[in-house]
Amino acid sequence: MALPRPSRRSLAELALTSGTEGRSLSDEAHRVLLADLVSGTNIGAPLESLHGRSVLLASEAQLPTVLAAIALDGIARRLLICLPDMAPEDLPAIIADAEIDTIVCDGTGPRFAGDTGVARIGCASTPRPASLAGLDRSAETEWILLTSGTTGRPKMVSHTLASLTGPLDDGLQVMRGAVWSTFYDVRRYGGLQILLRALLGGGSMVLSGAREPVGDFLVRGGRCGVTHISGTPSHWRRALMSPNANRMTPCYVRLSGEVADQAILDHLKLAYPQSDVAHAFASTEAGVAFDVRDGLAGFPASYVGQAGAKAEMRVIDGTLHIRSARTASRYLGEAAWLGDDEGFIDTGDMVERHGDRYYFMGRREGVINVGGQKIHPEEVEAVINRHPGVRMSRVWARKSPITGALVAAEVVPRDPAAKANFAALRDEILAACRETLAPHKVPVSLRAVDALAVAPSGKLLRRGD
Amino acid sequence: MTTPTAVRPFILGQIKLIAAQQKKRLVPLKDDLPLLESGLDSLCIAIIVASLDDELGLDPFAAGDVDMPVTVGDFIHLYENGAAAS
Repeated sequence: MALPRPSRRSLAELALTSGTEGRSLSDEAHRVLLADLVSGTNIGAPLESLHGRSVLLASEAQLPTVLAAIALDGIARRLLICLPDMAPEDLPAIIADAEIDTIVCDGTGPRFAGDTGVARIGCASTPRPASLAGLDRSAETEWILLTSGTTGRPKMVSHTLASLTGPLDDGLQVMRGAVWSTFYDVRRYGGLQILLRALLGGGSMVLSGAREPVGDFLVRGGRCGVTHISGTPSHWRRALMSPNANRMTPCYVRLSGEVADQAILDHLKLAYPQSDVAHAFASTEAGVAFDVRDGLAGFPASYVGQAGAKAEMRVIDGTLHIRSARTASRYLGEAAWLGDDEGFIDTGDMVERHGDRYYFMGRREGVINVGGQKIHPEEVEAVINRHPGVRMSRVWARKSPITGALVAAEVVPRDPAAKANFAALRDEILAACRETLAPHKVPVSLRAVDALAVAPSGKLLRRGD
Repeated sequence: MTTPTAVRPFILGQIKLIAAQQKKRLVPLKDDLPLLESGLDSLCIAIIVASLDDELGLDPFAAGDVDMPVTVGDFIHLYENGAAAS
């Protein structure tokens, strides 16, 4: 006899069955009561008409996308969560690769104003009453998150609600009525984790505003009674530079997305003495691997090799590998599964053991993390190398006490004599970079060198330091 | 070597230079002005810190235990103290 299959629970069901009293989702301009989502939706079409669709969620603000994702999980075949800073020229390829047949958008994303040939449905920042009784939300919706790729075009990382919510089961004790917030955009993996904690854990969520000054966000967070808040170490350094840092009194402060050094952990403990300060290691591909709650940088060596852990870790050739049910399954458009034969995903993060702790030593491929935004050196090198006066270049991470890292570059000029009078060439290269690249990708320092080391494989040596 | 008195005009010059480069509009700089309300974002501040390290050889953050500067004055004092100690 076949056992009855437990029905899949949708995000809406998971979020709303834990009670809706006093719970809300808010941004700078709107406050949406979760109670209004029981019989309401922000989408301008009957939800049943979106069964089996592959939907791109493309609003500029976070709230319309969050409400749409809650409405459509379990209904759509696929939800592609668009980032507001996505380049418009990448859109056609993303639509094609993800087989997008519907765009749900509130019309604020001017970059999506062009004709994509795909059906569009409007959405709003607040729900309107709708009859949702009997709606079938049993589909296993695929969630596609975007992450930075080597060529500058984002990669699409395939998740499910199950893989996204896996890390929530980490034993963190959270009181009822917790008010969660994050400096992150919740459309990025680190932010989405916090949103899901709020939704599934019976709490409320305060969303950050893209153009909201950090001081205003801290005041708003205080006013909304934020109890749990996350951000990158760079977000937190910026918060501590605000005179309004003490306007919020959270009981839980979380860091992720960049390596947390001892200085920022100590500063946060001083600024929020009533708060637990934890730092987590996560990536869009590998999911959350672990968090560290002892207030110290790095992580205990005992975490590695623990059999039966929810996220198992190995260190292979100095690089952290992770296996868990929370890892993404693949990049969309690429057949290959992300993991190795045993299911471990290579995070590309190098670690070194000192005594009984491991410490992060940067990225193997030289990926540069500027305030939580990852930059592939190849993307910047390609722009520099386009200059006719450049033979080759190497882009690397320069440490910064403010943003964790900054982009720095070395250039081999085509004409060796140009090295003596490099200022003019440097200004031209930087001007070209500023024209093509986002501000955080433009090198802050650029120097001329005679040669760059190349490995026997013909690849540029990335670890020169 | 930089004397503490030379630090202030140099930093103010760098702030204006980087703000112009990053196309940020600065409000008039005063010591009690919160740094993040000057018109600079954290990327600008990170670039200024890197250029002060390159140009003056001063990195007061390297010690690890310095408080994050809140105002323009805090920021300048951090470097003045660094120059005095070096």
